[in-house]
Amino acid sequence: MTLPDLSSLTIATAREGLRAKDFTAQELTEGFLALQEGAGALNAVVHATPEIARAQAEAADARLAEGAAPDLCGIPLGIKDLFCTKGVPSQAASRILEGFKPEYESTVTSQLFADGAVMLGKLNMDEFAMGSSNETSTYGPVVNPWRKNRDLTAGGSSGGSAAAVAAGLCLGATGTDTGGSIRQPASFTGITGIKPTYGRISRWGIIAFASSLDQAGPMTRDVRDAAIMLRAMCGADPKDSTSADLPVPDFEAALTGDIRGKVIGIPREYRMDGMPEEIEALWAEGRRMLQEAGAEVRDISLPHTKYALPAYYVIAPAEASSNLARYDGVRFGRRAALGQGEDITAMYEKTRAEGFGAEVQRRVMVGTYVLSAGFYDAYYNKARKVRTLIKRDFEQVFADGVDAILTPTAPSAAFGLGDMADADPVQMYLNDVFTVTVNLAGLPGISVPAGLDRQGLPLGLQLIGKPWEEAELLDTAYSLERAAGFVARPDKWW
Amino acid sequence: MSIDEGTARRVARLARIRVEETDLPALAQEFNAILGFIEQLGEVDVEGVEPMVSVTPMRLKRRDDVVTDGGQPQAVLSNAPDAREGFFAVPKVVE
Repeated sequence: MTLPDLSSLTIATAREGLRAKDFTAQELTEGFLALQEGAGALNAVVHATPEIARAQAEAADARLAEGAAPDLCGIPLGIKDLFCTKGVPSQAASRILEGFKPEYESTVTSQLFADGAVMLGKLNMDEFAMGSSNETSTYGPVVNPWRKNRDLTAGGSSGGSAAAVAAGLCLGATGTDTGGSIRQPASFTGITGIKPTYGRISRWGIIAFASSLDQAGPMTRDVRDAAIMLRAMCGADPKDSTSADLPVPDFEAALTGDIRGKVIGIPREYRMDGMPEEIEALWAEGRRMLQEAGAEVRDISLPHTKYALPAYYVIAPAEASSNLARYDGVRFGRRAALGQGEDITAMYEKTRAEGFGAEVQRRVMVGTYVLSAGFYDAYYNKARKVRTLIKRDFEQVFADGVDAILTPTAPSAAFGLGDMADADPVQMYLNDVFTVTVNLAGLPGISVPAGLDRQGLPLGLQLIGKPWEEAELLDTAYSLERAAGFVARPDKWW
Repeated sequence: MSIDEGTARRVARLARIRVEETDLPALAQEFNAILGFIEQLGEVDVEGVEPMVSVTPMRLKRRDDVVTDGGQPQAVLSNAPDAREGFFAVPKVVE
């Protein structure tokens, strides 16, 4: 048995190789563990789990020998540090959860493991998923495998997942997306990432940031792999009352690549002032590709788009301030050392000041402010009303016959690590300008790599679908992927 | 509306995050930048619009009000910074 070139494998081709006994899950796992070990310079993997991986691979081989193993049986994956994994550090890239080893397994990882998937390790991210560049991580930033003379961000918050998949350290990774945290890093690293409809995937055991916006999803090398992995992650869960009681379709079987007659909307409000010419050109190119594939492309209007980011920066911090109240130094994680006579309030305040990084502190405090007496109506309720209007914009265009919406994923290619160090926090928030509307409206959105910029860095296009229509959205994305023919990979320097 | 140092101090206190006095002016300035951005929401006419409570139209599931889990104090306490005799331990609260 000989192992193929791991960098050319996908989940789908590895699945065929495993089933055909071309190689074993244990051989595949050893191959990826070695690649992971040699990739320290990327800082993508923060807690390697080789023992768990080897045990899971051995079990997967036994299952594969019996035949009729699930799609993910023996497939090596990376898991974002936000997912609680039993007995394995799960600290949301925060100092406050240093040493925390959950006594339980998140629903998503339980489902992946039940299907035979292999966990290679936990992946870096922005602290509590708050950030767009991975620079808020307590582990230090991820370095994008696409390096052009200097270190670039892999995006955020799922930057470790994006870098690991782009560098070929695993075949797929879990991500989470509250305002664009799967799609923006996917765009920055030339991979595919889908955030499904809110409620498709159980949030149980995923460390919460903003509960009404958070949704997990797969990050993979291509659309087919996204379809395979998404199916394994979805499903109703009695432990998450917001998970939807709907059947999970076979997303892979839905990939026909035939989008003739589909109506694709191009929202005029996404044409931002100062948008780089290359992003504009890529978007026009995407429009042309879908048209050539037989879709009808239509200009549409989503009039409240401009207010999505400000609404998000009320709602997300408000929910975060509430969710992060649990980090008080009592039940888990870090507790600050106390001086003589310091009381319990001092313990809370010192623990949280030491444990949370600057961006997390900022958002918790903004959230506290907008929820405080006297401002609740002016900020929080106002933002929730605007959210209703944003969702209504989408409902209107879907009711008018639009099947999917095409936009750029992010307003730029990957930027340099440290480039935003002196910028005002709002500048960093603008990274999410095209993705955040999708979370506010609870819709599915996918980023597909579609081209390279002048420097040779990847750029993604986003497709937004109707609620619960991930199968149709993936099929449209599949068609776009085939038309774009994106095959570029980063040169190995790490 | 502009946030002064006093408001920043009060918000930090409410959030139970210790902020040194010398850091308050910079914090207030950051709040002002973020709130200035949020102020745009004032332009939107929301007359008669309901605030969103659930992004997907779903009725929360119900179940029988019975214990479904429990009886594992060791697992519950295993990550506590300080646990004694089956309890979470904290600094003295009542004199």
